[in-house]
Amino acid sequence: MNKLHWKIGTVLGLLILSFWLLYPSVEWYTKTNDDRAKTEAMRMRPKRILNLGLDLRGGTHMLLELDVEKLDKKEKLNDAMARAIEIIRNRVDQYGVGETPISRQGDRWISVDLPGISNTEEAENLIGKTALLEFRLLDTSDAAQAVLSKVDDITEPPFDKKGTLIPGIAKIMPKGTMLCKAAPGQDGERARYYVVEATVPVTGAYLENAHVSTDQQFGTPSISFTFNKEGGKLFENFTGANVNKFLAIVLDGVVHSAPVIKSRIGGGSGVIEGSFSMEEARNLAIVLRAGALPAPVSIIEKRVVGPGLGEDSIKKGLSAAGIGFILVIAFMLVYYRAGGFVADIALAMNFVFLASAMSYFGATLTLPGIAGIILSLAMAIDANVLILERMREELALSKPVAMIIPTSYDKAWSAILDSNVTTWIAAIFLFQFGSGPVKGFAVTLTIGLLVGMFTSVFVTRAVYEFWLTSNPKELNI
Amino acid sequence: MIVLIKKTNIDFIKKRFTFFTISALIIAAGAISMAVKGMNLGLDFTGGTLLQLRFEKPVSTGDVRSALSKSGIDPTIQSLDRNAYQIKVKGSQDNVNEVSNAILAAFNTNLAGNTFTEEKRDYVGPVVGRDLAKKALFAFILSLFGIIVYVAFRFANPVWGAAGVLALLHDVFIAAGALSITNREIDLVIVAALLTIAGYSINDTIVIFDRMRENMRMFPKMPLGQLANTSVNETLSRTLITNFTVLAVVSILFLFGGEVINNFAFTMLVGSICGTYSTIAIATPLVYQWENKGK
Repeated sequence: MNKLHWKIGTVLGLLILSFWLLYPSVEWYTKTNDDRAKTEAMRMRPKRILNLGLDLRGGTHMLLELDVEKLDKKEKLNDAMARAIEIIRNRVDQYGVGETPISRQGDRWISVDLPGISNTEEAENLIGKTALLEFRLLDTSDAAQAVLSKVDDITEPPFDKKGTLIPGIAKIMPKGTMLCKAAPGQDGERARYYVVEATVPVTGAYLENAHVSTDQQFGTPSISFTFNKEGGKLFENFTGANVNKFLAIVLDGVVHSAPVIKSRIGGGSGVIEGSFSMEEARNLAIVLRAGALPAPVSIIEKRVVGPGLGEDSIKKGLSAAGIGFILVIAFMLVYYRAGGFVADIALAMNFVFLASAMSYFGATLTLPGIAGIILSLAMAIDANVLILERMREELALSKPVAMIIPTSYDKAWSAILDSNVTTWIAAIFLFQFGSGPVKGFAVTLTIGLLVGMFTSVFVTRAVYEFWLTSNPKELNI
Repeated sequence: MIVLIKKTNIDFIKKRFTFFTISALIIAAGAISMAVKGMNLGLDFTGGTLLQLRFEKPVSTGDVRSALSKSGIDPTIQSLDRNAYQIKVKGSQDNVNEVSNAILAAFNTNLAGNTFTEEKRDYVGPVVGRDLAKKALFAFILSLFGIIVYVAFRFANPVWGAAGVLALLHDVFIAAGALSITNREIDLVIVAALLTIAGYSINDTIVIFDRMRENMRMFPKMPLGQLANTSVNETLSRTLITNFTVLAVVSILFLFGGEVINNFAFTMLVGSICGTYSTIAIATPLVYQWENKGK
């Protein structure tokens, strides 16, 4: 095996690897829409495939803001953000909508790109819920009763717009308690309130599982949950110490039910009853399973993207890009003949390598990402032209073919290297400090530049060197 | 062998003041337009009203657009399905209801006979777009410094990097000016297009600088003006061929690529023409001018 064999072996090996990496993406996108939806619902979507961004496939873009003020003082912002993102990802994954890029933006924003969901209401409920489940004791003392009757007497709600208690009520609250709203009952019913103890003996953090169960008699949905070992013990001790008192099940500050504790509850499981619809119960079970957000989030931006307007235009854009590419291929072939043919091979490989690298990283292709690809392709073409023009210059000096090729590559190399590195430096900064679309641009550009340099220098040279072994007398470029 | 560009011997350096004047005029035109008309910033950056409507009978995007434009409303329209549309109009948080009512009135008069229900009325904030633009600008400025440092290091002369970056800014600014003159909307994708132009411009410039560096080594005694001219002429064939292919692709995207990428393709079209021009007519003469300042 000589050096040339190694080179050709590397190229062919990479080509085979690329096709292997590309296969899942090709298989995925040749499926019908229905099949894809089915597989996604079963959460069997392949991981390492090329994804299409919202601007190409349509969906809902949401920007959430973490309410930092309600964050536990002990928790660092970065940790809280990371946890929030993981929890949201968990929820979305369990919902099964397919690839959903979730990323941190700025200090306390989280961007969520939900593909395909046009019912934003449902998505908001799923993602925006804090899902803080607490088990508290109900305060049934006389002082608490006095508070509730006072709340009933006054005509205005006990909370002001900011959610703090109005002074008249706050004054008479028993020590160590708080007022909670009850889950809304039937329409037209007055809002009800509970006085609960401020200490929280058990929270949803100890939950192991939660799922929807339906009432045998009426078929109304409720949520059954099981605690993990630690939580089960806590819950058992807590209920054991408070027999005959009332247990308030509080979700996101709203009391859903307040049953009496009849006896010590062992076994570590329980049921949340309330007036849920089936859909609500299902989503609630998902968010409980995935865990509570470290602090409430609010949706500060929401955009529904395509695909109504998009699809036509995207097809048009793709066919235009296709025509453009064919034109380039044809021009190179006519103008540089054999050299153009080699360059065309390199450009075609460029596509294969780029697509497979993006599939492997599970990258998401967006319009700005395509801009990055166009730039990297233009630079790959430029590298080829640089080499070919050098060859022509050397040819004009009537050097022997065996010398022309190495000299041309050597001379063209510094220009190719410097122009690529310069652009690459810019791409690194854009990736590091940019966000959203700018980052998408930087990612495809970076991968594209690496692939472009490899195909236009390494691959083409290997082809020429292979051809040189036949000891040609003429270089037809 | 087909040769499009024969060996040339054009004195680009001598014509440098003509080039500088042309560029100054184009830049001034863009600057005036930006100062007078401003940039047509998209909803991403301005914020605005979002109204979602569901029509009784199916209606096309075109019908929705014409119904609104008859009443003088310039919207961004997104179809959810054939009956439901999301309409976004630039504006502030205070006039959401005003704008929404104007939209409803426009449909009542221009699409009479097709009743509709209002599904959502909302304000979309400009925070994300502004944050993105701010960060992009920051990253862009940093990368310009990165380029200058790298070029100074590789070409042993900080002036070259600075000239390359000036040529790059020249191209980006002209493209931005062209967007202002043609009143095209700046959205997040355009930001990516401007970055593409920047990358393309510097790539083009570096190739000629590389030839200058090579010729400098070969002919150390050659005066800079002659050196620059020789280098530009020697690489002219490559510069024009590469740019011809890129221009061809971008022109096709511009002419046949459809409305979504039209603004993007337009920006790229202007940028790729500028990129070629600035490499030959700005970057290299700037190096000459700079180096010969005291002489």
